[in-house]
Amino acid sequence: MSTLSSAPNEAASTASFQKKRVDIPSAIGAGVTLSATILILLILGVILGNILWNGLPGLSFRFVFSGANRDMFDVEKAGILPMVVGTASRVILMSLFVIPVGVITAIYLSEYAKPTSATTRFIRSAVNNLAGVPSIVFGLFGMGFFIHFAGGSLDRFFHSDSAEPVWNKPGILWASLTLAVMTLPLVIVATEESLKAIAPGLREASLALGATKLETVQKVVLPQALPGIMTGGILAVSRAGGEVAPILFTGAAYYMAHYPQSLTDQFMDLGYHAFVLSTQSPNVDQTRPILFATVLTLLLLTFTLNLVAIVIRARIRRGMRAAH
Amino acid sequence: MLRGQRKRPLEWLVERAIYGISLSAILGVFLIFIFVAREALPIVLGQATSASTTTTIPVEALDTTSADVLKKYLGLSAQQFDSLDREAKVELMTLKLQTAKGASKDKDTAVNTLRWRYLLLPYQWSGYEKPELIWQPVSSIHKYNIVPLLIGTLKATLVALLFAVPLSLLAAIYVSQLSSPRAKEWLKPGIELLAGIPSVVLGFFALLIMASFFQSVFGYESRLNAFVAGIALGFAIIPVTFSIAEDALTSVPRSYVQGALALGSTRWQAAWKIVLPAAIPGVFAAVVLGCGRAIGETMVVLMASGNASIVSGSLFDSTRTITATIAAELAETVFGEHHYRMLFLLGAILFALTFLSNWLAEIFIRRLKRQLEGKA
Repeated sequence: MSTLSSAPNEAASTASFQKKRVDIPSAIGAGVTLSATILILLILGVILGNILWNGLPGLSFRFVFSGANRDMFDVEKAGILPMVVGTASRVILMSLFVIPVGVITAIYLSEYAKPTSATTRFIRSAVNNLAGVPSIVFGLFGMGFFIHFAGGSLDRFFHSDSAEPVWNKPGILWASLTLAVMTLPLVIVATEESLKAIAPGLREASLALGATKLETVQKVVLPQALPGIMTGGILAVSRAGGEVAPILFTGAAYYMAHYPQSLTDQFMDLGYHAFVLSTQSPNVDQTRPILFATVLTLLLLTFTLNLVAIVIRARIRRGMRAAH
Repeated sequence: MLRGQRKRPLEWLVERAIYGISLSAILGVFLIFIFVAREALPIVLGQATSASTTTTIPVEALDTTSADVLKKYLGLSAQQFDSLDREAKVELMTLKLQTAKGASKDKDTAVNTLRWRYLLLPYQWSGYEKPELIWQPVSSIHKYNIVPLLIGTLKATLVALLFAVPLSLLAAIYVSQLSSPRAKEWLKPGIELLAGIPSVVLGFFALLIMASFFQSVFGYESRLNAFVAGIALGFAIIPVTFSIAEDALTSVPRSYVQGALALGSTRWQAAWKIVLPAAIPGVFAAVVLGCGRAIGETMVVLMASGNASIVSGSLFDSTRTITATIAAELAETVFGEHHYRMLFLLGAILFALTFLSNWLAEIFIRRLKRQLEGKA
C-alpha cells in the first residue's frame, strides 16, 4: 500500500519528490486499517470454513431427504427433510404477504409521494424503526397480536362451539405473518433503491407520449425495477429463513410426526432445530455430526440466497451510476 | 400533476389503494407498540398483583358458596368448573387450603412483587441475609427484579461494542478512503456478507467452538459468559456499524480529500484528519445503531451467555440478558398471568431502547447531511 495517492496532475512534480519520503505514522495507520479489514474477512472465513469442514462429512443425501426420527438425536437415523420443508413453506408464505405490500409501499414512496411531505417522512421513519425492532419483540408481537388478538377473535366468531382453539394457538400462518412484518423494511428499501436507479428520462418519455402515471409505473418503471424487487425478496427470504426468535412462540414445534397440513398447524424449523440440537442434546459429542450438518444446511440455504442478492444489488448500483 | 389529462376512475381507485397500502409500515410499528405495551400496562400502572390471597374458603362451605366465587377461588374456567364432579371440587379445595397454609408461613407471600419498588430496588427476602436483586419468576415467591437482566444486557453489549466498533471503524476507513476502487467493490460486499449468517448459527458457533477455545486461552471458570456472548454479538453488529460508517465516510465530498492531497498530505492523513472529523456524526450513528442491534439480539446471547441471572461485575461470569429471558421463559407462562405480563414489560423496554437508538441515529445522520451540505 503506497502512502502516496495518485496526486492531481498539477502536483505531479511535487509528488515525485515526496515519493522518496515515507511518512511513518501514515504507513502505520494504513497498515492498522488494512489489518482490521483483513481480520473481519478472516473471522468470516473461519466461521464459514469451520462449519463447512465439520459439516460436510455429516451431510448426506439420506440426511437431507429423510424424515425426522422420533429420536431426533439418533445420529444414524436422523433426517431433516421436515425441517427444510417447514422452513421453506413458512418463508414462501411470508413472501406472499411481504413482497406485494413492500413493493407497493416503495412505489408510493418513489413515484407518488412528495419527498418533503409529512406522510412521506412519517412512513420513512416508521420503516427505519421497524428495521431496528429486535427480533424477539416481533415474537412477542406475533403472540400478542396475531395469536391472541386476531386468532382469539377468529375463534370467538367462527369456532365458538369447538373446545379446542383453532386459530388461537401457534401456527404456520401466524409465524409467516410475524416474519412478514419483520422483513417489510428490507423489501421496501431494496425496491426503492432499484426504482431510484431507473433513469428519470424513461418516465418523462412515457408521460410525454401520453401514458398516465399508473401506466408509466406499470409498463415502464416496474419491469425495469424487477431485479431490485427480486433482490429485496431474496434478502427478505434469506433473513427470515435464518431467524429463530420470532417463531419461537408463534409456530415452531419441537417435534411433529407429520408435515403441516393447514395454515393453523405448527411446523418444524431448520433454525429452531439447530438451536434444539445444540442446547438440548443429551450427548453433545455424539450428536456433533448431525448438528454441524444441520447448521451447514441452514447456512447453505440462507447464505447462497444472500450471495445472489448481493451480486444482483452490485449490478444495480453499477447501473445506477451509469444512469445518472 | 399533468394538465389536460383527466384521471380515469379506476386509476384513481388504484392510486388510492397504493397510498393506503404504503401506510402499512406505520400501521406495523403502531400495532407492535400497542400490543406489546397493552400486555405490560397493568404492571406499569401498578394494577397487577402477584401477592397470594390469604382468604380461604373452608371445604364445608362448598355448597353454600356461589358457583362464581368458587370458580374464581379455584382459578377455573366455566367449562372446567362444570366438567368437575363434587368430589373433585372437594379435593381441589382441600389442596388449595393446604398450599395456602404452607405458604402463609412465609411473610413474603403477601408482598406484591410487581410493584416498581420490587422491580428495581434490592429487597431482603425471607431466608436471605442481606437485601438482594433477584430475578426468579418460577418459585413460590415470584421475584421479578429486572436489574440483574439489565446488567447482563449491558455487559454483553459493552463487550460487543468494545470489540466491534474499533474493528469496523478502522475497516470502514480503509475500505472507503485507502483501498483502490476495484478492491472496494469486493471488500464492501465481502464484509457485509457477515450479515448473512443467521444469528442462531453465530450462537451455535460461540457455544460449540468459541467457548471452549476462549476458555483454554484465558482459563476462566464458567465456560459460557458475557465475554464469549459479547464477542459473538460483535460478529453480528460488525456489518451494521461497518456499513453505516463506510457510507458516512464515503459521503464526504471528494474535494476535501483532493484539497488535502494537493497541500501535500498523505492519503492516511487526509482520511484521518479531514474525512473522519467531517463524517463524525455518521460514525456516532453507526455506533448507536450497532448498540441498538446488540441490545436486541436474541439467539446469540440465549445460546452463549450461560443464562444465570446473577449480579456480578465480572465479564467472565454467566449472565442473563433481557432478550434471552423473554426467549427462554415465555413458552412456560400462562396467557394473561403476571409472569407473562412481566416478559411483555421487558419487551416494551427493549422496544423503547431501540426506538431511542434509532431516533439518536436519525439525529446524527441529519446533522451529518447538514454539515456536509453547508460546507461543500
